[in-house]
Amino acid sequence: MYHKEKSIQIKNSASALYNNLGVLRIAPRSLTYFTVVHANVVNMVSASWDGLNYSHRQLQSKEPNVATSTSLIMQAAFCALPSRDLLVVTSQKGIQIYESDGSTMVYWHALDTPDTPTDQAVFARGISAVGNSYICVGDSSGSILVFDVPSKGSNITLSDVLKGHKKSITDIASECSGSQDCIADLISADDGGNLCVWKSGEEFQRFNNIPGFDISCTSVKLWKGTAVAGYGTGQIRLYEAVTGILHAEVNAHARWIYSLDIAPFSGLLLSAAEDSLVRVWHLSIKPESLSVEVAHLHNECVTDTQICGAKFCDGDGHAFAVTGYDLSEIIRYTQS
Amino acid sequence: MSMRTLPLVFINLGGEMLYILDQRLQALNTSEDNSEKVMNGIVGAMFSKDFMDELLKPQQLYSHRTLKTVLTRIAHASIMRLNPASMDRLYELVVMAFKYQIFLCPRPKDLLLITYNHIDTIRELVKDTPVVVNQVGETHRKIIEVYSSLSEGEFQLLRQTLLIFFQDMHVRVSLFLKIQVQNPNGRFALSTSGPVPHGIDVPGLIRTFDGKGREVRRSEFPSGGSYSSSVREGCFELHGDRVIRLGTDMYTVNHPEETHTPKHTFVKTDITPNLLAKEELNLLARLMGSMKAEKEPKAETGFWINLFTTDQEEEEAGASGLAEEPLFEVIHIQAMQDEQVTTELARIAGQFAEEEPPGNLNSSKGDDLLAMMDDL
Repeated sequence: MYHKEKSIQIKNSASALYNNLGVLRIAPRSLTYFTVVHANVVNMVSASWDGLNYSHRQLQSKEPNVATSTSLIMQAAFCALPSRDLLVVTSQKGIQIYESDGSTMVYWHALDTPDTPTDQAVFARGISAVGNSYICVGDSSGSILVFDVPSKGSNITLSDVLKGHKKSITDIASECSGSQDCIADLISADDGGNLCVWKSGEEFQRFNNIPGFDISCTSVKLWKGTAVAGYGTGQIRLYEAVTGILHAEVNAHARWIYSLDIAPFSGLLLSAAEDSLVRVWHLSIKPESLSVEVAHLHNECVTDTQICGAKFCDGDGHAFAVTGYDLSEIIRYTQS
Repeated sequence: MSMRTLPLVFINLGGEMLYILDQRLQALNTSEDNSEKVMNGIVGAMFSKDFMDELLKPQQLYSHRTLKTVLTRIAHASIMRLNPASMDRLYELVVMAFKYQIFLCPRPKDLLLITYNHIDTIRELVKDTPVVVNQVGETHRKIIEVYSSLSEGEFQLLRQTLLIFFQDMHVRVSLFLKIQVQNPNGRFALSTSGPVPHGIDVPGLIRTFDGKGREVRRSEFPSGGSYSSSVREGCFELHGDRVIRLGTDMYTVNHPEETHTPKHTFVKTDITPNLLAKEELNLLARLMGSMKAEKEPKAETGFWINLFTTDQEEEEAGASGLAEEPLFEVIHIQAMQDEQVTTELARIAGQFAEEEPPGNLNSSKGDDLLAMMDDL
């Protein structure tokens, strides 16, 4: 179904972090941007679709004071809003927002760090664009920071802090960006496996809370009102987001799931885990029963590699890319 | 990231170091008396209350340089002396062993079982000295107390912090290559068969439910591996069957373990200037200060051991055709600030081996410990 393509070499290896691959497709310029986090650096590659041109860039977690220890980056992700695309980088010290090509930093938000270290790690993790102009970022205390983004320029403001989680945020996802109308358009997950479902707006509303079983939900996606969540048990669960009804449960992997992605136009689902396997599934919503069916389509094994990032490169799921811990390449697969 | 890595780092790396030293001391026909003294000295230093209390304070994991400095000091808290080349090899070995254990750790919280395997074996090594056994026991109790309440998510963060710390290290270890847990390219083998970790289901099942939560359909899919259901869970108490084998002594065969390294030593690529952060220096000072200072009277002679025969290694390295592809980059960081840092470190690590190694040993180019740190 898929075959391996030529890998893209990156300057450093990928770190063992959840959802460690960012992809942004720039159709007008026939380019795709990729981001892979390595310790305190984000490796960015811009790849032309004809496979001939690759340009690299590295972004560092900005240190207000060089004498302090380096800040590890937790995640880098692209946020595609109707008016603009941005790159968000979260670290132990704060949140940086760049133009999507990484050329300029447009905003920096420092996290509150206690003067004397406590045993609780402090970091930001979980990034998603939502609605027309919001970027949501989670943190280690379970809060979600909502930033209001103007269509141009750097006048980004922190407009809200959502409280719904007690454990560290692991991932945030959204759907219905732009004109579509949805009951709920944002979902957030935490280290206890709890999911919160929200509706964005001037005031964000929390619609539902789907409790977990004390095992982290490491990656979450929202598609046609269905929450798709991957857990440290290697399971994928599909819930109806607003009601919390469980549609399906898959014993998908033998180790912690690190990344999920959905190709919205085709309903293809990608799951990747520390067990070295990437799996492709198909989700179909049955209108009569409003249930969701999961069908397994394909497996890829990246030998001896704990996978940390996997994303489709386009909305149909025609191609996908994978990163692994200690690997200095982005592996690509295309439909045969 | 995680603020709780240091105790586990030192117990596990220290444990690996003891396994290797134990094996080498036996291979070199060291007297039982001397072996016991070495073990007691090192274990006593590592598990001293002050040192452990410092480690248990919430703090970041700093650099390899700091880690190596402290481990060297621990190794020299006994009557044994290691030359710099031996210390370098030892560090590589223990780091690769621990990296292997973290990588293959079935569940994040099994990091504790790996740690307890090390503690159990250490207890055995010093069983004839009640004072030291008590220290180990006390530390074990403290570890249980501190770590039992951590969630799986927090353990995974701890594990991720360690994986990032050991990233890009692919030193090939003869023993690991021989038992095929490591590939010739330096990466560890990850199997898609065998029992799944405790609490995880064998992959392969899809269950679908209706609106009322009743299961309406089951289907299977090919897992691409051959997994079996999990074995029983290991014991997290002071004593008990840990079940998993990671962290137990792998060096039971009686031949020297060497590392395959090219002529250039590994240096981690750092984009940021190679300054030892002020906090890191403070930590180093605190750790050194809290370690039991073994002031051996001049009358009692310490002894030097050469852990690995560097000449033989270099021959082997040539033979295996390591020239084909560099396993790691060679980075020489010569920032001006580095000198200041080295002086700081030298001051803190003041009581390092004052004596020079005897000339007949394979001390590589007569480097002393301080110059060694320059190469880091």
